[in-house]
Amino acid sequence: MIISGWGNYPRVETRWRTPQDDADFTRRLKADGPGIARGAGRAYGDAAIGSNTTLSTRHLDRMIAFDPASAVLTVEAGVLLSDIIDVFLPRGFFPPVVPGTRFVTIGGMAAANVHGKNHHISGGFGRHIQSLTLITADGTQLVCTPTQNAQLFRATIGGMGLTGIIRDVTFRLIAVETGLIRQETIVLPNMDAVMGSFEDSRNWTYSAAWIDGLARGASLGRSVLFRGEHALRSELPPLTDPQMRALHPPRLSVPVYLPNVTLNRLSVRSFNALYLRYNRSHAGTHLVPLASCFFPLDAIAHWNRIYGRQGFLQYQCVIPRSKSRDALGEILEIVATRGSPSFLAVLKLLGPDDAGMMAFPMDGYTLALDFPASEKSFSLCAELDDRVLAYGGRIYFAKDARQSRDLVEAGYPNLAAFREIRRQSGAFARFGSLQSERLGL
Amino acid sequence: MSEARKTMLLLGGTSDIGRAVAAQYAARGWNIILTVRDAAAGERNAADLRVRHNANARVVTFDLFRAEDQDALLRALDATPDTVVSALGMLGDQTRAETDILHARDIIVANFEGPALLLGPFAEQMATRGTGTIVGISSVAGDRGRATNYVYGSAKAGFTAFLSGLRNRLASRGVHVLTVKPGFVRTKMTEGMKLPPALTAEPAEVARRLYRAAEEKKTDVIYVRPVWRLVMSIIRAIPEARFKKMKI
Repeated sequence: MIISGWGNYPRVETRWRTPQDDADFTRRLKADGPGIARGAGRAYGDAAIGSNTTLSTRHLDRMIAFDPASAVLTVEAGVLLSDIIDVFLPRGFFPPVVPGTRFVTIGGMAAANVHGKNHHISGGFGRHIQSLTLITADGTQLVCTPTQNAQLFRATIGGMGLTGIIRDVTFRLIAVETGLIRQETIVLPNMDAVMGSFEDSRNWTYSAAWIDGLARGASLGRSVLFRGEHALRSELPPLTDPQMRALHPPRLSVPVYLPNVTLNRLSVRSFNALYLRYNRSHAGTHLVPLASCFFPLDAIAHWNRIYGRQGFLQYQCVIPRSKSRDALGEILEIVATRGSPSFLAVLKLLGPDDAGMMAFPMDGYTLALDFPASEKSFSLCAELDDRVLAYGGRIYFAKDARQSRDLVEAGYPNLAAFREIRRQSGAFARFGSLQSERLGL
Repeated sequence: MSEARKTMLLLGGTSDIGRAVAAQYAARGWNIILTVRDAAAGERNAADLRVRHNANARVVTFDLFRAEDQDALLRALDATPDTVVSALGMLGDQTRAETDILHARDIIVANFEGPALLLGPFAEQMATRGTGTIVGISSVAGDRGRATNYVYGSAKAGFTAFLSGLRNRLASRGVHVLTVKPGFVRTKMTEGMKLPPALTAEPAEVARRLYRAAEEKKTDVIYVRPVWRLVMSIIRAIPEARFKKMKI
């Protein structure tokens, strides 16, 4: 079977397996060659494509236990985040961390240590995991917590499935009073302004900015910053629907791969202009549904097809805070000059993150950009890599399909220790993805 | 919950369709009892129902192939359920069944004898009580015997006829009998098969249609995708002399 990540690049033949339960996973591990677990396939690049076999966790989709008093939830790894929201929002609970799509599995969220708009306050998903069960190289199940099998626990958070198959995850939900976010929209003219605004927004639970990747000169870094809090019941005007219910499934869909020319400098420039104008007229505070705050792209099924059949690359880096201004300025300048239009460009201030050995976030700014998968984009990304390397940053594995070994070795200080755990536990011979082979993880 | 909850007994609680049916009833506040061969697998599904739907769900182990389990099952229930759904069955291997008589017997027991003999006593109890719903998941394969799956198909045909007779006898005594013919369904039984999308349903779709037909509209026989009714009418209309030479 030919599979790819969400970016549709690369597309690769794999031995596709769909084990029914954990015993079946153990059998498969013994019968087949080295492989990797795959959840919803929302990693963009080659992280969830097995070096030989790809083991789908789609049948590990049972919820196991929930205690309303402590809000602690245990689910199998293949349960979708969207299912958790649909089940628990009506009961007044919400996940402690959500990434930019709700169509990810909990196992994937743990393996990638995903971050959300609240990372500067709440850390990544890994920080909220109390316990997980790992199916290890010899097929046995090991319960790992921050204190029990602690090293393996820390290697598994953000470890991209390379320590074993995550079978189940236990974490605590947060209580919410409504399904709405009180969101403030601020339009900012340039880089200094948006970074200043992020610093001013440190006490807000949620913050992230859309950035106009085509703006140059004095407008470099022109942005729209969104910051928000869960709305309280008492904040709602009378008769307002608190929207404590399952989220609506996608209303729109991109039914086919669009032609490669759809996204060009002109269409992206027009979109950016419209988007800025819209947000200027909507600046200020509004109550918005959770879905439009956290998962705007989920409203359009198969949005990844807008880049055409050849697919796209997502470039997400993080730069230490003291060097962010210089690094991001140079990166945006390169992107704007090369004129590779990035349809999606997101800037966010992250906080420190020590939940996992291979955790991506650090105290600094992260920038995410999309480019069509073309020769031009590959050389552009290589150029951006040089900037990231020079300023001591790193690249997010969940998005990556192309970074170099040098960059990984410079960016991830725990890499040697991670490899050692992989070797000692036998995981190295059993669990591998195209990404881990490409990068020597 | 001030209103007394109704109870649904699901025979074959670990199949994909069974799981979807249980979720559908649980989401509407029913108590759920699952019968399963493998207690651990059953408990895994029951826990999922409890967490997702706040449902009252429990498991009774039951093996269709062990006659003594039937009495044990009837004893394990403190009252006759409001609704009994049979999701029992196995596809088996037609080619093997042609020469392996024990395998052929297993297919017939799993799809006809077992479910029919089990639903019988529940139907009697419901008739005595004067209310109740029996749902049998049969198959379009029972509409006409075909070379590629006639052992399975004939067992399902028997089950369909049993349900039809039960309905006929108990209609006047307050017992509703629903026959469900799902057509192709995307389940672990069909994983990896290439199925025509227009004729293939998701388990959740089967469950939604089943619930509506059983509990709301009181329909007698449903094809989950209505197009199957047309497809099977055409297949049934082909004269036998011609049908026997066809490969379908």
